[in-house]
Amino acid sequence: MTITATLRRSAAAIALLGALCAGAAEAKTLRWSYQGDATTMDPHGLNETFTLGVQSNIYEPLVGYDEKLQLTPLLAEKWENPEPNKWVFHLRRGVKFHNGSDFTADDVIFSWKRSLTEGSDMKGYGAKASEIRKVDDFTIEVLTKSPNPILPREWVFLYIMDEDWSKQNNTTEATNVKNANQGNYANLNANGTGPFMVAERQPDVRTVLKRNPSYWDKGIRTNVDEVVFTPITQPATRVAALLSGEMDVIQPVPVQDWDRLDQAPGVSPLTGAEARAIFIGMDQARDELLYSNVKGKNPFKDIRVREAVVRAVNLDAINKQIMRGAAVPLGSLIPPELNGYDKSFGEPYKPDPDKAKKLLAEAGYPNGFEVSLDCPNDRYVNDEKVCQAVAGMLARVGIKVNLLAQTKGKYFGKVLAQAGYDTSMYLLGWTAASIDAHNSMLNLASCRNKDTQAGLFNLGGYCNPKVDALTEKVGSETDQGKRNAMIKEAWEIVKADYGYLPLHAQPMSWGVRDGVKVVQRADDVLDLRSVVLP
Amino acid sequence: MISFVLQRVLQSVLVILAVALIAFSLFRYVGDPINAMVGQDTTLQQREELKERLGLNDPFVVQYGRFVANAAQGEFGISYRHRRPVSELLAERLPATLELSIVSMVLALALGIPMGVYTALRRDGALAKSFMTMSLVGVSLPTFLIGILLILVFGVILRWLPTFGRGEVVDLGWWSTGLLTRSGLAALIMPAITLALFQMTLIMRLVRAEMLEVLRADFIKFCRARGLPSRLVNFRHALRNTLVPVITITGLQLGSIIAFSIITESVFQWPGMGLLFIQAIGTVDIPVMAAYLCLIALFFVLINLIVDLLYFAVDPRLRVRRGRA
Repeated sequence: MTITATLRRSAAAIALLGALCAGAAEAKTLRWSYQGDATTMDPHGLNETFTLGVQSNIYEPLVGYDEKLQLTPLLAEKWENPEPNKWVFHLRRGVKFHNGSDFTADDVIFSWKRSLTEGSDMKGYGAKASEIRKVDDFTIEVLTKSPNPILPREWVFLYIMDEDWSKQNNTTEATNVKNANQGNYANLNANGTGPFMVAERQPDVRTVLKRNPSYWDKGIRTNVDEVVFTPITQPATRVAALLSGEMDVIQPVPVQDWDRLDQAPGVSPLTGAEARAIFIGMDQARDELLYSNVKGKNPFKDIRVREAVVRAVNLDAINKQIMRGAAVPLGSLIPPELNGYDKSFGEPYKPDPDKAKKLLAEAGYPNGFEVSLDCPNDRYVNDEKVCQAVAGMLARVGIKVNLLAQTKGKYFGKVLAQAGYDTSMYLLGWTAASIDAHNSMLNLASCRNKDTQAGLFNLGGYCNPKVDALTEKVGSETDQGKRNAMIKEAWEIVKADYGYLPLHAQPMSWGVRDGVKVVQRADDVLDLRSVVLP
Repeated sequence: MISFVLQRVLQSVLVILAVALIAFSLFRYVGDPINAMVGQDTTLQQREELKERLGLNDPFVVQYGRFVANAAQGEFGISYRHRRPVSELLAERLPATLELSIVSMVLALALGIPMGVYTALRRDGALAKSFMTMSLVGVSLPTFLIGILLILVFGVILRWLPTFGRGEVVDLGWWSTGLLTRSGLAALIMPAITLALFQMTLIMRLVRAEMLEVLRADFIKFCRARGLPSRLVNFRHALRNTLVPVITITGLQLGSIIAFSIITESVFQWPGMGLLFIQAIGTVDIPVMAAYLCLIALFFVLINLIVDLLYFAVDPRLRVRRGRA
C-alpha cells in the first residue's frame, strides 16, 4: 500500500465522516405543544379529535383526509361501491408496519374486530360493517346492514393495527378501564404504518416521535426527523414557551393573545375557521320549562318565541367583539367545510330586535320572561363570553337570561342525555367526525329516539318528522346529487322552524414560529406530514 | 414513646378514612366521568353500560366501601383517563413533587431563618427594613402571579431559564431525579423560588417575632451578664429557644407545600402529583382524586408525627414531663 493510497483513503473517510456529521447536525426537531395530551396511543381507545389526530401520524386508516379534509387514499388505493350493501377496498401493496411486518387484509379484519371489543370507543364505527370478507391478501369486501353511501368517510378514524404484533403483546382487545393488564400494552406502545414512530411515551409529560425511514409514501412534504410533543395546560405558560423560543408550534392560543403574538418578533398567530359549529338550543320538548318563571306552558314551543330569540342576537357583533372577526357566523348547524353545505341554509339569519319584541308580544310575553342558560366555561373558544353576549342581547328584547356557566365536566353532566337533558337553554358545539352533514342531522336535528339513538345530542328536543324522514333517506342514498338535495331540504326546514339559534364556526388559533410551515386543517388537527421546518 | 407512635398511627388511619369518606361524598358533585371517557358518537346505552361496569350507579357509601376494601389490599384502581393503575401514576409523579417541595422548603429555611435573626437583631437597620418590606410582597402576591412574572422576566425576556417542564431526568431505580442534570436544575429554579417565597417570608417573620420575645427574656440577660460572646448568645441560646414554633410551622407548611404545589405545578407544567390531580378534576377521574387525597392526608399525618418527635429532641422540658407521667 502506498502512502498516497492511504492518504486518499483517509481523506475519503474524513469526507464521509463530515457528511455524516452534517447529516446529524441537520436532524430537524419539531417542538410542539397542545393544551392536553393524547389520551392514549390505542387507536380504539377514545373517539376524540385530538387523540385521533396525534395517532394519525403513527397509525393509518384505509382512506384518510388530505389538507382540505377531502378523502385521500392511504392504506387502500381505491375503493368502490358495486352493490348498495357492499364496499370493496383494494389495499396498498408493499406497506410495512414500524416493526417491519407486512400489511395485509388480515390486519384490516383484525383491526375491525378489535374495534368492537368491550373497551373500544370506536364500536360505533366498527358496527357500520356486518362482515368483512377477505378476497385475497390485498382485496376486502365490506358488507353493511343497510346501504351506506359514506362508509370510506366514516372509517377515516378507524386505524389499522398489526395483527401479529397485537397477539404477541397480548393486546388483541381495546384498552379497557376495568382490567388493567389485559390488552393495555397498546395504551403506551404503538406499531402502525404511519410516517412517525413512537420513540418515547410519558403520558402528560413528553412524547417523542421519530421519522419512519421506510414510510411507503415518499411524496410527503415534511422534513421533520423528530417530534417532541409536550402538553402545557396553562395558556399563559404555553404562550410564554412559544415566545421564549422553546416551541415551534403551540395550540391553542387564547384569542386575547393574538395581538401579543403579532407584535412579538419571530412568532405569529395562525387562525382559521374550525369545522365546529357553536349554537344555542332551546327546550321544545317539555310542557313546562324546568328553569323559567313561565308556569304551565313552554314558551319555546311557540315558533314566534324561537324566532324572537334568533332575531334578537347579532352574530356579527359577537364575532367582532369576542372573536376578533375570526369566526364564521352561521345560519345552521353546518359549517361550510361539511359535505352537503349549501348557502341557502348557511347564511345567517338577519338580526332584528324590534321584530323580536313584536313577536314576543304577539306570543303573549309583552314583558318577556326569564330563563336559565347553561354554558360551559372551558370547552369552546371564549364560551362563557359568548353566552354573556347572547344573554345581553336577549335582555334587550325582554328575555331575562340567568347564566349558569360552569366547567365542562359539570356542564355536560347536567345537560346530556344521561342526566335526562336537565336544561332549558344551552350552548353546545358540534363537529361531525365524518365531515358530512348527515352526522349533524342525525345527532342534532332528528327527533329524540331512545331505540335508534337518533337525536342523542338534540338536547332541546327539536322535532320535525319531515326532517326525520329525510335524515333516514340521506343515510342510505348512494346518489350524491340526490343526497345533497335532500340534505339541503332538511336544513331549510330546520331553519324555517327556528329550531336552533346558530352562532358561528369557531376560530382555531395556533401559534407558530416564523419559518415553520404547517397546514391548519379545519378539524384542528396538525398533520405532521405537512410540517416543513426551516 | 412506642405507644405514643402507635397511638398516632391509629389516629392517622382514622383521619385517612374520614378524608376518603368526605371525598367520596363530594365526588357526586364534580360531574359525570363518562363524558370524558368516551367520544361524542358513543351511544347512550354504551355510556350506561360503562357507568354500570365502573360501579358509578351505586350509592356513594358502597363506592366508598369498595374503595376502602381495595385500598386495604394496596389496590387503588385504574385511572379512568390514563387507563393505568393509579398507584403506578402516583409513584411516577411523586419524585417530581417531593423534589420541588423539599428544595423549596430548604430554600425557605436557609434564607428565612438568617433573615429573621438579622431583622430581630438589627431592628432599625436599613437592610432589615428592606427585608421586611420585601416580605410583604412575598406574603401578599398570589403564587400564580409570581410564577408568571418570573416566566415573563427570566423565560421570555432574558431567556435564561426554561419556562415549563422538568428538564431531563435521570432514573435512579423507581425514583426519577432532575437534580443531576443541568437542564433539570435550570428547570427547578423558578418553580422552587415561586413555591418558597411565601414560606420564606412566613418563616422570617416568625423567627423575628420569636427572637424579639426571647431576647427580652431573663436568661439572655444573664448570658450577656456572664460575658458570653454575642454570637453564642444569639445563636446557641436565643435561636434555639425559638425553634419549637418554627419546627411546628415548618412541618405544617411542608405538608401544605406538597399538597398545594398544585398551582405552581400547573403554572410551570411541572409533572408532579398536583398537576395530575388538577387534570383528574378536569376529567372527573375519581380513582386518581381519591388516591391523591388519601395520600396527601397520609403526608400531613406523617409530617405531624415527625414534628411531635422532633419536639422531644429540641425541647428537654417535654422529655422530663413525659418521663414523670
